[in-house]
Amino acid sequence: MKILVCITHVPDTTSKIQFTDNNTKFDKNGVQFIIGPYDDYALARAVELKEQSGGSLTVLNVGEAETEPTIRKALAIGADEAIRVNAFPKDSLFVANQIAHYAKEGGYDLILMGRESIDFNGGMVHGMVGEILGMPSISPVMKLDIEGNIGKMAREIEGGKEYLEVSLPFIAGCQEPISEWKIPNMRGIMSARTKPLNVVEAISEETSTAVDAFQLPPAKGAVKLIDKDNVEELVKLLKNEAKVL
Amino acid sequence: MSILVYIEQAEGAIKKTSLEAVSYARALADNEGTGVTAVAMGSIENSQLAKVGAAGADKVLHVNNERLNAGIIQAHASAVAQAYKKVEAKTLILAKSSLGDAVAARLAIKLNAGLVSNVTDLPDTSSGYKVKRSIYTGKAFAETSISTEHKILAVKKNAVDLKTDGVEAEVELFEVALSEDDFSAKITSTDQATGDVLLPEADIVVSGGRGMKGPENWNLIEDLAKSLGAATGCSKPVSDIGWRPHHEHVGQTGVKVAPTLYIAIGISGAIQHLAGVNSSKYIVVINKDADAPFFKAADYGIVGDAFEVLPKLTEAVKALK
Repeated sequence: MKILVCITHVPDTTSKIQFTDNNTKFDKNGVQFIIGPYDDYALARAVELKEQSGGSLTVLNVGEAETEPTIRKALAIGADEAIRVNAFPKDSLFVANQIAHYAKEGGYDLILMGRESIDFNGGMVHGMVGEILGMPSISPVMKLDIEGNIGKMAREIEGGKEYLEVSLPFIAGCQEPISEWKIPNMRGIMSARTKPLNVVEAISEETSTAVDAFQLPPAKGAVKLIDKDNVEELVKLLKNEAKVL
Repeated sequence: MSILVYIEQAEGAIKKTSLEAVSYARALADNEGTGVTAVAMGSIENSQLAKVGAAGADKVLHVNNERLNAGIIQAHASAVAQAYKKVEAKTLILAKSSLGDAVAARLAIKLNAGLVSNVTDLPDTSSGYKVKRSIYTGKAFAETSISTEHKILAVKKNAVDLKTDGVEAEVELFEVALSEDDFSAKITSTDQATGDVLLPEADIVVSGGRGMKGPENWNLIEDLAKSLGAATGCSKPVSDIGWRPHHEHVGQTGVKVAPTLYIAIGISGAIQHLAGVNSSKYIVVINKDADAPFFKAADYGIVGDAFEVLPKLTEAVKALK
């Protein structure tokens, strides 16, 4: 089985989000970048599936040269090779077009990625790639097994889950608890240095959306503390002041 | 020409978030001087379809096909695309959800439409077409322009107030042509909590953390939730150790909620948890540790032992009602 895992290069979940250049650029100052947490789950499951049934595991990232340490980490976790599409990921359509092109060229049986990136939270790329390639796209997938030619999955729905089956090839947007994140070991880190990381160029410049400006939410006022022996006061405030009861 | 709204249902009941999407479309249509048509899939009673009119639709296209009761992503996308063409729409509105996101992404390609998700406000069309959306898991917003003629907006909960005083909508049965490829994903079973308020759609959420000490104490959370008509949630450690099911996990990698009231009990307030609740209108934190970081993000707080405070609070809520 040939597996492709698409990863994003995003600020660590504990990062303070700030903007520069008159609120038009993300402020990278002091921010550590990681593999998108959802993508990391997809990658971990892909490593397990490859261990079970053999085949190959390729990771793909659409990003400029700065994303290479993140890609190397994915190689250290267990991918065999990597593709970096050398372009800033302008919007979901732009990224989906690149992935669809290189996925088709590579003839993958299974294409995994996170349910969404944690920077723009769009959750669109898997569905777009599915539609471009005429393949089923399933998301958010919290359990995935491959039996022969069939993918057996659980998809999270509001308040529960839905079990489904679909034939390869297909695309899945993944989330926990599909697997546990894998921490690269020393051997993985050493071998990742020599694994192929192929840099390719963008095949299309098409976009449909653009960010004009960023904004931070208004600062929160101070908390109003209520004595633990006077909980009736809290109920009164919720009813009369916040008007939510 | 009309704005089309994609309606989701569960067990024949139209989802409240979809009704909010209808109200959003109504406000948009009133600005643009167009109408609102909704498309609903599967077996739905007319009494449920009436709610779509009350929420602001002029017309409902009802695709009364049992095979669409389940949320099969490709089949729903094909059906919505056909409805979109029938009403010659330029804009599709839907509620952001597990199914909505997946369907919208395929439709963006099918309809050559620019798609923006997590939309928090009506578009500004004074120059171009700009929408405000939530990004970085609620930690920021992006003013986003759409450059295509066709547009899809996936609307976040509470972007507009739900309207209930709309007129009766005309219901038209709508036949769609679906291929077997649309049904290539086969749903084998569904495992759904029934009778409860669904967490992502709830107006009030009561969440417990490790401070609850064990799953056997969850009746305290459930009692309070019940008295408030609230959904229950939990922190990531609680779902990771299996005290509560994963679909109750609120946070960065779990469910993102946007209730009017979020009550957090025995949750310290790690930044990853806050990312899942920062769109809440009001936050109440109950924690015995006065230094818990969650208090900084709260509107109201009680420093105290959950096991003492919760029963009293439940009684006080009951006394009010």
